Amino acid sequence: MIYFVHLCASLRQAEIYILHRRPAHGAGSNQRGKYGVENMANSKTVSAPAAAPPGGKGRGQGLTKSRWRYLRENYPFLIMLLPAVVVVFLFNYLPIYGVLIAFQDFMPGDRIFSDTTIWVGFHNFIRFFTDVQFWPLMKNTFLLCILGFVIGFPLPIIIALMLNSLAGKKTKKFLQTIFTAPHFISLVVLVGMLQLFFGRYGLVNNVVANLGGERFSYFLENAAFRPLYILSSNWQDFGWSAIIYIAALANVDPGQHEAAIVDGASRFQRVLHIDIPAIMPMISVMLIMSIGGLMGVGYEKALLMQTDGNLAASELIATYVYKRGLTGVPDQAYATAIGLFNSVINVILLIIANTTSKKFSENSLW
Amino acid sequence: MQTNGKALKKAGVRKISGDMVFRIINGILLGMAALIVLYPLYFIIIASFSSPEAVLSGKVVLFPVDINFDGYLKILERQDIWRGYLNTILYTVLTVIFALGVTVPAGWALSRRTLPGKKLWMVYFIIPMFFGGGLIPFYNVMSSLGLVNTIWAIVLPSILSVWNLFMTKTFFESSISDGLIEAAKIDGAGPFRIFFSIVIPLSKAILAVMALYYAVGQWNSYFNAMIFLQDETLYPLQLVLKEILIASESTVGGSGETILEQFRLANQLKYVSVIVSSLPVLCLYPFVQKYFAQGVMIGSLKE
Repeated sequence: MIYFVHLCASLRQAEIYILHRRPAHGAGSNQRGKYGVENMANSKTVSAPAAAPPGGKGRGQGLTKSRWRYLRENYPFLIMLLPAVVVVFLFNYLPIYGVLIAFQDFMPGDRIFSDTTIWVGFHNFIRFFTDVQFWPLMKNTFLLCILGFVIGFPLPIIIALMLNSLAGKKTKKFLQTIFTAPHFISLVVLVGMLQLFFGRYGLVNNVVANLGGERFSYFLENAAFRPLYILSSNWQDFGWSAIIYIAALANVDPGQHEAAIVDGASRFQRVLHIDIPAIMPMISVMLIMSIGGLMGVGYEKALLMQTDGNLAASELIATYVYKRGLTGVPDQAYATAIGLFNSVINVILLIIANTTSKKFSENSLW
Repeated sequence: MQTNGKALKKAGVRKISGDMVFRIINGILLGMAALIVLYPLYFIIIASFSSPEAVLSGKVVLFPVDINFDGYLKILERQDIWRGYLNTILYTVLTVIFALGVTVPAGWALSRRTLPGKKLWMVYFIIPMFFGGGLIPFYNVMSSLGLVNTIWAIVLPSILSVWNLFMTKTFFESSISDGLIEAAKIDGAGPFRIFFSIVIPLSKAILAVMALYYAVGQWNSYFNAMIFLQDETLYPLQLVLKEILIASESTVGGSGETILEQFRLANQLKYVSVIVSSLPVLCLYPFVQKYFAQGVMIGSLKE
């Protein structure tokens, strides 16, 4: 989830870049900067045929020459890009090609295309939809995501607004440092800490027992899984997620606040009418991103928190994919089909969120 | 904020008292939030050098009880932890070196408008952000590349994050002046020369941010190691910790003095290992904090 936080905006920029094509190079002389050199190169080649004696080289040939020259001047950028292209191809595109096994009767070690490949269409998907686990998995995944979202989305915004309302700059910095620190604790250590606090012989139970209460095995109870998961996630990440809002709030024109003070607005009124509207675009973008990532919850953490006792609440689509695909007697085609189903839902959610946002506000990813 | 104070005085006493209430409540809530964040960390520290009996009987809440450092002495003997430590350091260093070598030049290339086929490349890098093959095809690719059970299974998939790539691109677009690059071109410097002699020296901020992001990501990850490594001598720290910290609770609960004693020691070891493993990152963090924050800012820059 946190990846969405810090890069959503640059992603948005990337999207905007693609969809609103900039003018082709050399199209206008009013462009400054990055276009400048290109223009120079272009104007040279365009003027060259004009200067050539009549009956000599044609205009078309000149343009081909310019394209060649353009490539010759800029191929080093392709070389710089090459390693990244290879890495993404290997670790992102090859697996996308690999989802084809979801439509096959696939055994580990089989090749994706061979004479013996058995294509089974949507058989693996139908198997999943009729699996007794299907509804529990859907319910667990959605509930965890939605509950996590309801608490985890507004909290950083509130914290950012509160920090922004602090008068002391040093206090603000200090608190921000404290709030961000847990973000750097690893998942393994976080879940380990959870067990040290909420295990049967953990701090909470020890204190309760000393007060005469009953010990409660939080890690063995279905009912405790979601609260533990969500509270610990928020404990870890609220400060980190708040940074982007704090940065947006720092850009609010102080003149607005001064004018509001002169008009007699209280600090709280200024939060409502100046600060919140100022970060509204950021909130929209984050909203779309987190809805798009709803089904991509941190299954790595859920996997660590799973015990035999809480499986009925902690088994998510993604943890099920891991178990069916890589442990026990692996059923890779089936697990891949489930994973593909999950990604497709994610993409659909993202598109719905974006379309809705575009309809009701001016903010959207594309 | 100072001007706020002055203007407030002008605006009258009633507003000030209303604002005072707001400020006090705000301060108290933030203070409570800080306590909620800090207490668990504090408790882990005091529990690590209190006697295991006191910890397990719930006597250690605010202050350490029966201070002893047995846990720390015990952990010195744990070879698996130190081997995990060394492995993690190796993986992290390799990841950062490769990641910078891949991400920074690619980010620079993508930030240039003269990059041949730029729009195509942008689409190429954006698609994986929204759609992936999923766990099993990823595993199969790694397996057919022969990377399973090698350190490269841990390092190579981590050397490029598309998010970081776009962050780097945004940084270059917004903070390297075009005039400078043009001047260098006019002076006859080629793209490589410009990149190494002008861009890199001006980009220490993004290099630091990227190195930190990749380093923390690799330091804290366990999942790839769990699925790709079978050889225990290759285990990174997090995977060793997983075995120490996250024991299934259902196995605990036998009676008898020795079992109880073992349980106590194992428990203390957990506190100590949390500290020993998280210390480098948490100690380093206040000093490098500004770079992380910078990273988030770069990510949110808009043109």
